[in-house]
Amino acid sequence: MSQEALEGAGCAVESDNPVLPFLRQDRLPHIWCPGCGIGTTVNCFARALQDSGMKLDDVAIVSGIGCTGRVAGYMNLDSFHTTHGRAIPFATGLKLANPKLKVVVYSGDGDLSAIGGNHFIHAARRNMDLMVVCVTNHTYGMTGGQTAPTTPQGATQTTMPYGNFENPFNLPFLADACGAVYVARWTVYHVRHLARAMKEGLAKKGFSFIEALAPCPTLYSRRNKLGDGVEQLKYYKAKSTIKNGADTKDVGLTFQGDIIVGKFVDRERPTWLDSMNGHLTKVFPGKFTPYGS
Amino acid sequence: MSDKPATAKVKGTVSVKPEVCKGCAYCIEFCPTKSLEFSQSFNRKGYHYPVLARPETCTGCDLCGVHCPDFAIFGRRLKPGEKA
Repeated sequence: MSQEALEGAGCAVESDNPVLPFLRQDRLPHIWCPGCGIGTTVNCFARALQDSGMKLDDVAIVSGIGCTGRVAGYMNLDSFHTTHGRAIPFATGLKLANPKLKVVVYSGDGDLSAIGGNHFIHAARRNMDLMVVCVTNHTYGMTGGQTAPTTPQGATQTTMPYGNFENPFNLPFLADACGAVYVARWTVYHVRHLARAMKEGLAKKGFSFIEALAPCPTLYSRRNKLGDGVEQLKYYKAKSTIKNGADTKDVGLTFQGDIIVGKFVDRERPTWLDSMNGHLTKVFPGKFTPYGS
Repeated sequence: MSDKPATAKVKGTVSVKPEVCKGCAYCIEFCPTKSLEFSQSFNRKGYHYPVLARPETCTGCDLCGVHCPDFAIFGRRLKPGEKA
């Protein structure tokens, strides 16, 4: 719903805070814990939408299940809260049914890389025109702190009480290897950079992947005795190095170790629709009408 | 912050909505001029919320507003002659 439509429907719009027109204010305050970083990423996303100047009717947001999955319900956009891990397939269908729409997938690390891992790699391989925001908090927050595919080695979780021994995913490397055209990672401390990356992702044609590291003070930090949200942000501040264009092979995360942030990949590749239109125009000359252009 | 001027050249102020604050202290911790502090009083949910303790140093950079996970605070520049 646009702001005018909201006002027309009789809802009060508080125009004082610049991000409030981008949020469903009747659903606030949100359910996220004190010190959780997801709210900050939403704040950055609202600012990216504001800076991009896009009409709210031209953007749709899809999310899966989990703490981050709640984002779709709080944004004042056309949104859908899908089943676990299936945000990308739903967004793919939405994009292909209405190619003029900018579709944003907003999900957590577990939803995107474990339950929906297969969808993630194939959407990146096809270069589906989606912007994917992955809020990485290294755990399954909503279900009680189970080990996620991004949990660093050595971190203690409910299902790994003696420390995690599994090798975690390096999500920017995975996205890069599968063919994403835009790959960036920022933390919740780097709010201005994150907002700028989201703005670039909104403008980018193709599969853009933005990883936002966020603290989970209730489960991940508490179980590992890392303090509250502010302590994690101080860690991000102390241990992050900005390396734009860094080789994604080298940006893996370790438990409380160094973090490499930045814009890693920004390249051009034909999107899935462009490839299909180009190919079928060649195969059926004069008979095929390109779709969605 | 001894190397900073006591009064900022660019003047700003913040607006706080205490009822939605969850007291995470992001704004207080990452305020570049350390202008914010926790309130003495509680909001309805029992959290201390931020207050502008040193209005003379606030530049209205809105970093508190971008950091806030609960959309409870934002900063803005004051117009010339406007009082906070």
